[in-house]
Amino acid sequence: MKKLVASILSLGILAGAASIAVAEEGHDLKAAVEHAEKALHYPVLKPKHINWSFAGPFGKYDKAQLQRGLKVYKEVCSACHSMNLVAFRTLEDLGYSEEQVKALASEYEVQDGPNGDGEMFTRKAIPSDHFPSPYPNTEAAAAANNGAAPPDFSLIAKARGVERGFPTFIFDIFTQYQESGPDYIYSLLTGYQEPPAGVEVPEGTHFNPYFIAAKSLAMPKPIEDGQVTYDDGSPQTLDQYAQDVSAFLMWAAEPHLPERKRTGFMVMVFLAIFTALIYVTKKSVYANKEH
Amino acid sequence: MSGHSSYEPSTGLEKWIDARLPLPRLMYDSFVAYPVPRNLNYAYTFGAMLSVMLIVQILTGVVLAMHYSAETTVAFNSVEKIMRDVNHGWLLRYMHANGASFFFIAVYLHIGRGLYYGSYKAPREILWILGVVIYLLMMATGFMGYVLPWGQMSFWGATVITGFFSAFPWVGEWIQQFLLGGFAVDNPTLNRFFSLHYLLPFMIAGVVVLHIWALHVTGQTNPTGVEVKTKTDTVPFTPYATLKDALGVSVFLMVYAWFIFYMPNYLGHPDNYIPANALKTPAHIVPEWYYLPFYAMLRAITFNIGPIDSKLGGVLVMFGSIIILFFLPWLDTSKVRSAVYRPWYKLFFWIFVANAIMLGWLGSRPAEGLYVVLSQLGTLYYFGFFIVIMPLLGLFETPRRIPNSITEAVLEKSGKAAASA
Repeated sequence: MKKLVASILSLGILAGAASIAVAEEGHDLKAAVEHAEKALHYPVLKPKHINWSFAGPFGKYDKAQLQRGLKVYKEVCSACHSMNLVAFRTLEDLGYSEEQVKALASEYEVQDGPNGDGEMFTRKAIPSDHFPSPYPNTEAAAAANNGAAPPDFSLIAKARGVERGFPTFIFDIFTQYQESGPDYIYSLLTGYQEPPAGVEVPEGTHFNPYFIAAKSLAMPKPIEDGQVTYDDGSPQTLDQYAQDVSAFLMWAAEPHLPERKRTGFMVMVFLAIFTALIYVTKKSVYANKEH
Repeated sequence: MSGHSSYEPSTGLEKWIDARLPLPRLMYDSFVAYPVPRNLNYAYTFGAMLSVMLIVQILTGVVLAMHYSAETTVAFNSVEKIMRDVNHGWLLRYMHANGASFFFIAVYLHIGRGLYYGSYKAPREILWILGVVIYLLMMATGFMGYVLPWGQMSFWGATVITGFFSAFPWVGEWIQQFLLGGFAVDNPTLNRFFSLHYLLPFMIAGVVVLHIWALHVTGQTNPTGVEVKTKTDTVPFTPYATLKDALGVSVFLMVYAWFIFYMPNYLGHPDNYIPANALKTPAHIVPEWYYLPFYAMLRAITFNIGPIDSKLGGVLVMFGSIIILFFLPWLDTSKVRSAVYRPWYKLFFWIFVANAIMLGWLGSRPAEGLYVVLSQLGTLYYFGFFIVIMPLLGLFETPRRIPNSITEAVLEKSGKAAASA
């Protein structure tokens, strides 16, 4: 027990001394990494904020952006990440026609069967199929990726959220901040960098101060400037790719978001009028009654 | 309050029904002519909100159950199917998930109102105890409902909470296995939780009927705590209470709608959008926000007390914190009902509220360092409030002058308002 206390103390002193030294050198990031490591509290840096078109009470998806995001997903992410809850038919939300969706789906092969002879076979995907997984099963996915299967992307934009902390989480009720998922994905994609001098990362992992669970992650930097060609003249930069694919993943996780907010507005207007009418009625009923 | 009925059937059909099953008479006497104190404020509208929420939860829940599958390999995806493919499924599910939270918001306000105005005192002990039973049933229902989507928090929350029972000596493990239907949370657990999650709300509805029955026998309390004495003390339920309730409910619904439509996942946990995985424990397992104060008290017991180890101690404290509510009518020794006339009780009451909120916050923090110490202090105050403060205050506190009747209190207030105007 004494040994344990002593070692914890000396570790603390070391860390304290180290952070003072770093602060003197002005290496803020290194200090932040060490602080996070000491408190076991990640990410090292809070996610950056983007002005999403789908934020706020009147938010809706930018279809051109979703189409670009789909392109990034198809050409980059889908090599490792499945999206098995999303059906091709729902891509009509992105502004594609039925024919375009059919053509899009037919680019993929899916397994079907068994046929009359009891054989499984592959065929071209149709709109009612879901995005096929790049791996036959989770075990294969894990085996191909150092033992950790890449997570499915259908819900990733809702399944990741960095804690906002007090008192920000109270303000969020009034500002309707619900974009911590896409903000996180954007920050992670644009956050890869060389670790600050003196910070070691485990072998096979890549430093990223925005990663939610540690200072580095197994996935290498997945995308670079100019990697995906856009046909609508949008800048072919990492920053643009990251924004587009984050927006697309938000759509994949919450396809009915615009409908939800539109319905919400009508409900709020109705309830406001209803409440006002009840208020007036109540006032007149109580007018001659002291209470 | 009951007794003489003023219902007069006017048409032939009404008379025919009244002679056979006087249900319209019961409704008329309970919700139209029923006399309520004339000085009820908005704190007395939470009961109406709770009734609305129970109905919302049952209606949305019945439809959701038509699309949900309680089987571990498909449960998660069946919820996603509701979110994506079922017409307005997203609306039903968000209404139901946020509805649970708003049900609890309303019940906490309702319980707080009861504590403040002394609603649990004679002759309303049974009314209060039935309320605590409803609250317990709500907690069980909410817990099992959170398991159904079969996300990471569903699975691990169920594992942690059913694990509490294993702390009891001798019978603990048997109880835990009985609840789970096996040695760990798995398909049998999900099946029975779904079955019970569907059953318990109807039990709640049944106890609510008893709760309202008891209420209509003793009559409502009111902010003065003085019982109704004459007819001038009351107004008929309709239109007076009905309209006040309607206003309270519609404001409440606006806040509820704000969450459903604009921030439906704010009260949930991101990890529950990850399918349950028995091999991967989340970094922090946190229950739903409405259990957090109790979770904080559970984790506050980090020390052994004689033969009781810290685990069992924590579980006893957690269950005790709710069991103690049953004894409230006899723990409060004060003759005065309402906190309005009890200056010291009022102070301790508001500290109790602040303490409960602090415990809720602590429940969401990791159990380490200062958080543990604060949880222990909070737990001490929680129990101290019921066991020490309540019995002693009644003996030592000097209450303020109590009005002779509700009418006097009302006229005094409006007289003052008129004089100052």
